[in-house]
Amino acid sequence: MMPELGKYAVAVVSSYGVSLGLLALLVVLTLWQGRRIKRQLDAVEARQDGGRNG
Amino acid sequence: MSIWEYANPKKFMQTSAVVVPWVAGLAVLCLAAGLVWGFFLTPDDYKQGSTVKILFVHVPTAMMAVNAWIMMLVASLIWLVRRHHVSALAARAAAPVGLTFTLIALVTGAFWGQPMWGTWWAWDPRLTSFLILGLFYLGYIALWGAIEDADTAADLTAVLCMVGSVFAVLSRYAVQFWNQGLHQGSTIMKVGEKDPLDPAYYVPLVVCIVGFIALFVALVLIRTRTEVRARRLQALLARERVAE
Repeated sequence: MMPELGKYAVAVVSSYGVSLGLLALLVVLTLWQGRRIKRQLDAVEARQDGGRNG
Repeated sequence: MSIWEYANPKKFMQTSAVVVPWVAGLAVLCLAAGLVWGFFLTPDDYKQGSTVKILFVHVPTAMMAVNAWIMMLVASLIWLVRRHHVSALAARAAAPVGLTFTLIALVTGAFWGQPMWGTWWAWDPRLTSFLILGLFYLGYIALWGAIEDADTAADLTAVLCMVGSVFAVLSRYAVQFWNQGLHQGSTIMKVGEKDPLDPAYYVPLVVCIVGFIALFVALVLIRTRTEVRARRLQALLARERVAE
């Protein structure tokens, strides 16, 4: 399954490994920050709506 | 209908909610297909051996690192001229994505350069201007975080973005400007000319480039949505503090 990379295997595999690792980190951080802020905003909006109605 | 309607945060949130899943889907599809194709199914180059496979991550990320800064420049200019908050937030949202692409391009370039040039790094015009662009990304992100007033931060980062654009342009055209250093010029647009990119690499490279463009758009839209929400959260919390 793995292609024959010869004497450059470390350079090629490291390049893909670092790239995919950094991209995965960026995607995870982006989604995590998005969900955290949305949860906080929903909580504050619900609190203020509750205060206004109650 | 005017394009400036999308500068309205409510309209932006409605539209981006529809667009993000499609662009993200396109990114996953193209990146999976392009990277698998590039890594597993392309032949070794007669000169560069298997290191040619690094092309499929190095070239698209280097391209997008520069394009991300150009997008930030356009968004910053829109902010400075028309004072649309969404454009300033979009510029801010794009910076970490551009920085990540810059890092990937620098690291994969080093991994490629070592076996081909015999060195991890050379202070040639393209590499040096690219490194400075990376430092500008860091400075830009730090400046946004250092200034409390959001409008002042948007103003100052917009000016920084304009200054940094010099290095974005330099890193793309340094090879043509100086015609020196280790880095070669672009071959992707040389179809039909002498010494073009081999078709075996051209198609998967184009698929990867489309994938990285789609990934950039998806991430910037998601991050801009987060910035819009964070701005609203700050406003609501400030209102609470005033009411207490």
